[in-house]
Amino acid sequence: MLNYLKLIVLGLIAIFSMIAINYARDVAYLIHAIIVLAVSAGMFLWVLRHTDEPAAPAPQNEYMDDVVRFGVIATAFWGVVGFLVGTFIATQLAFPALNFDWAQGYMNFGRLRPLHTSAVIFAFGGNALIATSFYVVQRTSAARLWGGNLAWFVFWGYQLVIVLAATGYVLGSTHAKEYAEPEWYVDWLLTIVWLAYLAVFVGTIVRRKEPHIYVANWFYLSFILTVAMLHVFNNLAIPVSIWGSKSVQVFSGVQDAMTQWWYGHNAVGFFLTAGFLGMMYYFVPKQAERPVFSYKLSIIHFWALIFIYIWAGPHHLHYTALPDWASTLGMVFSVVLWMPSWGGMINGLMTLSGAWDKLRTDPVIRMMVISVGFYGMSTFEGPMMSIRAVNSLSHYTDWTIGHVHSGALGWNGMITFGALYFLVPKLWNRERLYSLSMVSWHFWLATIGIVLYAASMWVTGIMEGLMWREVDANGFLVNSFADTVGAKFPMYVVRATGGLLYVAGALIMCYNLWMTVKRSPAVEASAATAHATPAE
Amino acid sequence: METYSFLRQLADSWALLAMFAFFVGIVIWAFRPGSGKVHSDTANIPFRHENRPAPASGDDTPAAN
Repeated sequence: MLNYLKLIVLGLIAIFSMIAINYARDVAYLIHAIIVLAVSAGMFLWVLRHTDEPAAPAPQNEYMDDVVRFGVIATAFWGVVGFLVGTFIATQLAFPALNFDWAQGYMNFGRLRPLHTSAVIFAFGGNALIATSFYVVQRTSAARLWGGNLAWFVFWGYQLVIVLAATGYVLGSTHAKEYAEPEWYVDWLLTIVWLAYLAVFVGTIVRRKEPHIYVANWFYLSFILTVAMLHVFNNLAIPVSIWGSKSVQVFSGVQDAMTQWWYGHNAVGFFLTAGFLGMMYYFVPKQAERPVFSYKLSIIHFWALIFIYIWAGPHHLHYTALPDWASTLGMVFSVVLWMPSWGGMINGLMTLSGAWDKLRTDPVIRMMVISVGFYGMSTFEGPMMSIRAVNSLSHYTDWTIGHVHSGALGWNGMITFGALYFLVPKLWNRERLYSLSMVSWHFWLATIGIVLYAASMWVTGIMEGLMWREVDANGFLVNSFADTVGAKFPMYVVRATGGLLYVAGALIMCYNLWMTVKRSPAVEASAATAHATPAE
Repeated sequence: METYSFLRQLADSWALLAMFAFFVGIVIWAFRPGSGKVHSDTANIPFRHENRPAPASGDDTPAAN
């Protein structure tokens, strides 16, 4: 019965997208309609051919790990894509000739930059969050994922959002809202996918066999809920035509700016922080083989973080038309935020107390620890940069980009790599990783890459900020904008080199994970059952 | 009073107080007597049910295995 409903819906979508191809007003919309047609028609045929096959009931005594496996592969794939685009645009900044004439309007810096940010944050980070949250919520609830194939809809729907967003950027369809660039129909699709994600996650928690909800799930849940709210409010826009990709924002002026940075900073706070803290609270204890340092601290960490983060957005709008009280509020809450952030960092690091020797022997835990270290560093740097006086120097300069990358490459990237190294042997039933020395190579390449990146951006950012504000004895500005661009060249080369090292590390990881699945010895059946009875 | 000013004053008085009180309440609740046992049980959740969900109800032994 459900299959007939699916066929009707897919058929309607396919017909609608054919009409949309015919009436398309712009090229991005046209290409998107073709992609949607291909996907819906393909799924229509697939469902049609399987319609009357009796469906095997899902085994309730097993975890649903197929979707997690796909999520792990997607994470690694989008990670490499995002890092490669990032390294390319970093090189474009150093050598503008790489904005090729033949690709003008498609592959110049302005078009590729949102492709890079969305690929790393939403494709790499988002897939990592969806995959790990599905893994963690099942284990910590001792229940199979709720909703059957709904989890597959979440996974594939999210991939479709990524593909539509990425092709849209290159073809010039954008809201022009940073980190929320996709146009209206992609936003609507993401809303549906996200609500399905929420349903799967909450449904699994409701079915849990443990009396308590483990802290990692609190973080994941707050991430899913808050991102749903942020996404809907920041993307309130009215399409100009149902046959075109252009839409007009409902808010305007300073209200729009405030909504944008309320969204933007909480994307950092709840997507890149709360969600990844969920990872930290599961994978660090698992890899260290000891429970989290203080569960009480984790509760306080959670509530303090979500109570404070939500107010920090206005620090993106110092010295603008935003009322002073709002920007002061953002600044004060950003500084207060330092405390819960470091509380969480200490909780993560101290989980290793009594097991510090693992740092020498286990490169995976080393990766997780340096990630928590970078979390501490960037959550110190961030509050400092949100102070108005510091912000007047740092804002609009490369310092901001350096700050973002020490958080994104250091914290989000490294904890995700750690989680992947943990997950792949478990998910593919392997005894161990293919090569630990490759993990060490990855660790050092990535770490040195981040250090090169962050250090060069500090130097160029502060230099740029000082050059912009330098005035001579008569009060005239000393430097033109082009002077600062010229002065930044060496640092841009160093930055691109750092990016290259980071990509190299990620490629080594992909090879290592591939060989783990292909070559590592499988866990023996007897060992597997011994493993199934938990050690106390 | 216009809506903006009303909401603005509500936000930095009663709403702020209510949220702060809620937060203090959570901290006190976390440190309530007897919470230590619950917390150490909860903190060990990741080390159970690694490979299989808990058996269906009826056979619902407490979390330990």
